[in-house]
Amino acid sequence: MEPFRQLNGVAVALRRDNVDTDQVIPARFLKISRAEGLGGTLFHDLRFDANGKPRPDFPLNDPTRKAASILIGRKNFGVGSSREAAVYALVDAGFRCVVATSFGDIFAGNSVNNGLVCAIVSEEDIEKLLSAVEQTGRAEVDLEAQTIKSGNYVVPFTIDPARKTRLLNGRDELDLTAQYKDKIAAFAAKDRAERPWAVPRG
Amino acid sequence: MTQPLTLFDKIWAQHEILKAENGLSLLWVDRHYVHEGSFQGFDKVEARGEKVARPDLTFGIADHYVPTSRGRVFDDPSLKKMVTTLVANTDKHGVMLMGLDDPRQGIVHVVGPEQGLTIPGLIIVCGDSHTATHGALGSIAIGIGASEVSHVLLTQTFWQKKPNRMRVTVDGQLGPGIGAKDIALSIIAKIGTNGAQGHGVEYAGRSIRSLTMEGRLTLCNLAIESGARTGMVAPDETTFAYIKGRPFAPKGDDFGRAVEVWQRLPSDPDAEFDREVSLDGSAIAPVVTWGTSPEDTLPIDAAVPDPAAVDDPDKAKQIQGALEYMGLSPHQRLTDIRVDRVFIGSCTNSRIEDLRAAAAVLSGRKAKVPGLVSAGSTQVKHQAEQEGLDKIFTEAGLTWGESGCSMCIGMNGDIVPPGERCASTTNRNFRGRQGPGARTHLMSPAMVAAAAVSGHLADVRPMLQGRA
Repeated sequence: MEPFRQLNGVAVALRRDNVDTDQVIPARFLKISRAEGLGGTLFHDLRFDANGKPRPDFPLNDPTRKAASILIGRKNFGVGSSREAAVYALVDAGFRCVVATSFGDIFAGNSVNNGLVCAIVSEEDIEKLLSAVEQTGRAEVDLEAQTIKSGNYVVPFTIDPARKTRLLNGRDELDLTAQYKDKIAAFAAKDRAERPWAVPRG
Repeated sequence: MTQPLTLFDKIWAQHEILKAENGLSLLWVDRHYVHEGSFQGFDKVEARGEKVARPDLTFGIADHYVPTSRGRVFDDPSLKKMVTTLVANTDKHGVMLMGLDDPRQGIVHVVGPEQGLTIPGLIIVCGDSHTATHGALGSIAIGIGASEVSHVLLTQTFWQKKPNRMRVTVDGQLGPGIGAKDIALSIIAKIGTNGAQGHGVEYAGRSIRSLTMEGRLTLCNLAIESGARTGMVAPDETTFAYIKGRPFAPKGDDFGRAVEVWQRLPSDPDAEFDREVSLDGSAIAPVVTWGTSPEDTLPIDAAVPDPAAVDDPDKAKQIQGALEYMGLSPHQRLTDIRVDRVFIGSCTNSRIEDLRAAAAVLSGRKAKVPGLVSAGSTQVKHQAEQEGLDKIFTEAGLTWGESGCSMCIGMNGDIVPPGERCASTTNRNFRGRQGPGARTHLMSPAMVAAAAVSGHLADVRPMLQGRA
């Protein structure tokens, strides 16, 4: 996983609450393996009409935002289905940071496992950012300092400290767990003796 | 004196292997359910060239891609491949599979409790957001993503930040025709789809206690639609009676010992919650959704909202967008909304009591629209057939299908055609959830049956008069 420190890139505003992961990637694309790449499925049914024609009013179809790596949403981004493919679709399409006032818990957890920053800003600041990004088309994210800048605005964001550290150092969670191998084994043995009923019969 | 603890606290403490300096806890997992969609997790195990750590605590179930409306015939090789990949992955790692032809097959969140795999006091995970369903038996059940699936496959553990504790109390006598679905949607309407974000929710109160295990499963199933990390109900005699004698449940002396432990799990009387919400159960009406989020819930006698009456311009635009997608007008009465088809099924409402509730309305009546009934498991399907429910559905004009996730998510090809409107017992009315362009109205099985016989959204209560 690539470490994340700062990012200065094209940004796109998506003025919607409750963007669920079914919108981020419709279920029919979930058969696609990661190796094949999921970028083309991102927001598919919002981006394209039933005939596959791009909808001109959808912000991601704006030619000037084609190279966007920062997405500014609103309230409650990434709710619903646990599909990690929603994060794959964003990452494969070039996004490294999503900004919103709140996130679906599972989506936020999946994001950190793929180096995607979920930055939480206040309701007041999200409106400033949305407007700024619509005008400037760019933003700068500083994970260490926890700030996002666009145009004249610099707004602070929050992120869970443990997630911040993992994003900064780009470490795989499994490598972290490996150092506790003995503790896990000891726990399993003790637990087996304490809770024999917890083992499935049949 | 020891500090009073919640149900959630007690199970968490039992499973915490360690708490790291960063505040995350490494938790032991008692049950890991995998399905066809878990292939990304298996791919990661494969990429590391390792094996599944505890195949004896891992259970494979085919549900998301299995055919449900045309017998068990695949009409698309890419769907069949999803199921055969699950067979190959479970086979390779020595994981038990309840596959397509297994009599125990069904939707993972129906099968786990039904088989006695899901019992109180456990931590249960699955790569599916509706995993909270299993919390109905008094366990911590958490939906996880593919990276976490691979982590659990490789270590039988996962990292979690302890969520805040929230209690939703529902007291009062429920009215006739009111089910767990009405309670769950009413909670979501009250607190919003992010109302429980970052929280583990315990459902409590007399209305919840009075629910059967099946009703509690429906309630906890929808915890995620309020943003909750998990939803749970304290185990009691209803729980123990439900578990006893199920295939994988503790047996003999083990069962007695387990019940002793389970009886100590409920939250201590003085336990504190970070947040409390309460609802009056006697005020809950049959509800339906009108929009594209589960929080867009209203009682059946209400009307479609007017975006012009909303102050926040972005919010108004969002409602306007939802109405356009749903093909509805402001102030239209909900009971005037005509439907094109109905669906009864999904991990939310496909258990035997759900089918009985729908059949009680459909018996001796004809549906004005087509529809599919998909039992939650092959076992539920057989039981329904023994009770003659299948005949009631088919005589009403509905299709009696096989068990699986089916038209809730449409991954198996059973979709609601573009532009069509479906009264559905499922969990999500998101845009395109039941197929591209599909319009979904969520409601209870009895209310779906009422919509089927009326041809439009309808109050089920008058239709139940004179019936059991």
